[in-house]
Amino acid sequence: MDTKKPIIEIKALTKVFTTKEKEVKALENIDLSIDEGDIFGIIGMSGAGKSTLVRCINYLEKPTSGSIIVNGEDLSKLSEQQLRNVRQSMGMVFQQFNLLMQRTAEENITFPLEIAGMNKWDAKKRAKELLEIVGLVDRAGAFPAQLSGGQKQRIAIARALATNPKVLLCDEATSALDPTTTRAILSLLKDINKRLGITIVIITHEMSVIEQICSHVAIIDESGIAEQGIVTEVFLHPKTVAAQRLVYPEGKKNEHFLGSRCCRIVFEGSSSFDPVISRMILECKAQVNILFADMKDIDGKAFGQLVLQLPQDSVASAGIIRYLRSQNLSVEEVMEYVG
Amino acid sequence: MWDNSTVTMLLMGLLETIYMTALSTVVAYLIGLPLGVILVTSEESGIFPLPKVNKILNVIVNIVRSVPFLILLVAVIPFTRLVIGTTIGSTATVVPLVIASAPFIARLVESSIKEVDKGVIEAAVSMGCSPFQIIYKVMIPEAVPSLIIGAAIATTTILSYSAMAGFVGGGGLGDIAIRYGYYRYENAIMIVTVILLVIIVQIAQEIGTKIAKKQDKRK
Repeated sequence: MDTKKPIIEIKALTKVFTTKEKEVKALENIDLSIDEGDIFGIIGMSGAGKSTLVRCINYLEKPTSGSIIVNGEDLSKLSEQQLRNVRQSMGMVFQQFNLLMQRTAEENITFPLEIAGMNKWDAKKRAKELLEIVGLVDRAGAFPAQLSGGQKQRIAIARALATNPKVLLCDEATSALDPTTTRAILSLLKDINKRLGITIVIITHEMSVIEQICSHVAIIDESGIAEQGIVTEVFLHPKTVAAQRLVYPEGKKNEHFLGSRCCRIVFEGSSSFDPVISRMILECKAQVNILFADMKDIDGKAFGQLVLQLPQDSVASAGIIRYLRSQNLSVEEVMEYVG
Repeated sequence: MWDNSTVTMLLMGLLETIYMTALSTVVAYLIGLPLGVILVTSEESGIFPLPKVNKILNVIVNIVRSVPFLILLVAVIPFTRLVIGTTIGSTATVVPLVIASAPFIARLVESSIKEVDKGVIEAAVSMGCSPFQIIYKVMIPEAVPSLIIGAAIATTTILSYSAMAGFVGGGGLGDIAIRYGYYRYENAIMIVTVILLVIIVQIAQEIGTKIAKKQDKRK
């Protein structure tokens, strides 16, 4: 991890929108560093400023202050023409696909190549390769209106990849799609990241998107970064209120729990395929009540936590805790869960 | 009264009307299309903001559009003489027709271009398009169906304007209708000219609608 070098650096970024009546601070003092090859998720509630943030990365929005450095180049120091060249090295995918409706799927993919000045023949060849990557060779001649939402987004991804960009920016790329299509699009993005080594920045309001493919995450709340780091880290130990709100969208888990003795078990990816709880019940011959469970499958390992209500009998409950500890799980008694 | 010379006159009038309308539409589009595009791109939130230019163009377009065509027709006579050398006949009529319809076309074009999804334009910017590339590769091609509908409206409007030019000796079917139908009370000729005008409008509109439908890939 340490050998990676940052491809996008955001330093002290502030963006203020000025209207006639007032000034609205969309982003305030954002510092972010995204390494090459990462899938970096930026998550926040709507209105938190995440769409503005991604638009600052390719200068669709000009920052009020602060700097954006892409591949070592400070975007604020570039001319319009140089900026266009940088944009050609960054693909972008949108929530509403934004395909050209009067062009076929194939012509949509050749569009950025035309802009980059590639000849028609080569552009067509490249489009074919991309249609293969996104699995839509047979739909080359279809117009966007004839495609489903998922297919449109695949074409949009192919279009974004046409110029061999180093970075792919996704602005709520799956928010207009159903859950099954979302999963398919996300695994396509993951595949592209693995195969082509493209850095992907994903803006989303859905935690599940981050869980499924991101390696790193930044939580944006009220115009600032609340928390950032490796996904598993942020998920298991959400420090800020904003992070907790996202990790536990149903509200604070500990407010409704009844019972006298509880313990919290934290799974950190080690014993995911092990039926620990059922073995524990058999072993200790005691009953427990599952009060809260939040398990997530990340990269093939299970992460999450489980809150158990223990039997009143202190011997039995001590036995359970001893047993769980012997299974190398981190267990703690949590009195604050008692309602 | 339906002798050869009457029929020939009506046919000549028909051809003159088509000539005036077609030529005026083409020339008016040469001015109105870029004007309409600039009205969109120069907006504060446009792809190439020029707020002052936008304001000035808007005022000019509104001024010309608020002058009734019959008055404009007379008012521009000196200018017509300067450009064409004469103020009567169908070629001379093209001048006021263009002046009156170019701002109208600019408005039609403006509204067609504004229909283009902002997201698509944003996507084009994100791919590194220059403002000029956005205009001719995104805005205009994406607006084609709507632009064609607008062209049909413009053509039929120019056709009806051209008939008004008959009052100042402009030639065409309108001229015939006024000279025979209005000054000489020959109602039959007037009715025939009206029928011919109706037929031309129907055909122009039908062609426009058909092409627009064929070009529309949005459904």
